[in-house]
Amino acid sequence: MRGRALVGLYRPGHTVLHRLPIGAKLGGLAGFSLAVVLVRSAPASAVYLGVAVALALLARLWLPDVARATRAVVLVACVAAGFQWWFYGGAKAVETLVDLLALTLAALVVTSTTPVNGMLDALIRWIGPLRHVGVDTQRVALTFALAIQALPGTVALALETRDAAQARGLGRHPRAFLGPFVIRVVARAHETGDALHARGIGDD
Amino acid sequence: MPTVELEAATVAIETAGVDHVVLEPTTLTLTERRIGVIGANGSGKSTLARLVNGLVSPTSGRVLVDGLDVARHGAQVRRRVAFAFTDPAAQLVMPTCVEDVELSLRRHETHPRRRRERALAVLERYGLAGHADVSVHALSGGQRQLLALAGVLAVEPTILVADEPTTLLDLANTRRIADLLFDLQQQVILVTHDLELARRCDRVLVVHEARVRFDGPPDAAIGDYLAAVAG
Repeated sequence: MRGRALVGLYRPGHTVLHRLPIGAKLGGLAGFSLAVVLVRSAPASAVYLGVAVALALLARLWLPDVARATRAVVLVACVAAGFQWWFYGGAKAVETLVDLLALTLAALVVTSTTPVNGMLDALIRWIGPLRHVGVDTQRVALTFALAIQALPGTVALALETRDAAQARGLGRHPRAFLGPFVIRVVARAHETGDALHARGIGDD
Repeated sequence: MPTVELEAATVAIETAGVDHVVLEPTTLTLTERRIGVIGANGSGKSTLARLVNGLVSPTSGRVLVDGLDVARHGAQVRRRVAFAFTDPAAQLVMPTCVEDVELSLRRHETHPRRRRERALAVLERYGLAGHADVSVHALSGGQRQLLALAGVLAVEPTILVADEPTTLLDLANTRRIADLLFDLQQQVILVTHDLELARRCDRVLVVHEARVRFDGPPDAAIGDYLAAVAG
């Protein structure tokens, strides 16, 4: 399934990065992102990419996984870099492209070495104090999990709907695609709601 | 065996001011271990099945599971009644197999490591141990339904309601899932179009045009259903 490329990339392993606490990983990613945005120069970009590649090697990311997961982002980054080239010249464009690649790779390292349930447990721990002001922390965590999981499912529905429209000779007209697609997404959401309800999730 | 009781349970949906009856007043007491529900598409089978765990509420009448009113004690009833859907894709909400089973166990085991161990034991029991860290999207149709069943059975309910669990499966997987269902300790209410499966039940209900048209032993029920189709 092509939609799988977006998320669900966790690869079990025993590297240092797999064992690192989730807080440290997410904090590190946040710090890294801030540095990339705030400290901008061509040499700095090269260092960022170097660090990201080193982390990816340390986490033993699989090259095919990396290629699949970053394809869409790389495409967007190339377009962005194209515009930069047009407005500000080559040096700026290369810097933007390298920065975006470094960020994507760093984010991928965190996703690949952290199971979603681990992230949920950490999230529940962090928002735990909010329980005292009436926030249902389990439900907040589940919402995050559903949002993450909805992506590949929705992409799959979009591809199916497009294939169905083409099979009926309706071509790529948005009207033949958007209506049925929205209806299927809503229907899927209802089914998932029923399934959660039936599993008693959110009952207490 | 647990007891499921329907007391004049009725389901009507109002569309454009007109009441459309999905299930006529139905009174039943289900205590058998294997109960089959057969009937045409749109006859009201799924509605009947969904009443048992509160996915659908009766517009009049009551549904009781072990004496508990489903409308009033929904959470307690859902702890006893597991539900399996036709399309497991809608039911599997976590990225990997073990995580999906863990989601069911969240309420029962708060310690993350013990929860994972229990989830792995559940996967082992259903022959999915080798797929623990595999994406739920990478499973075959049969494995996906197996995982969906493992997920709802992990919390050890006393009743399993399965709404056409084999409709999307090939013959080999249908047999595999059916064998699993018929080996369960739980009471099973099986909605199905597969008459071979219906024949293996202890009691079969034939639902036709929003009411239970026949209720009895499987062979007689299937005969009644075939006669209804022949007109």
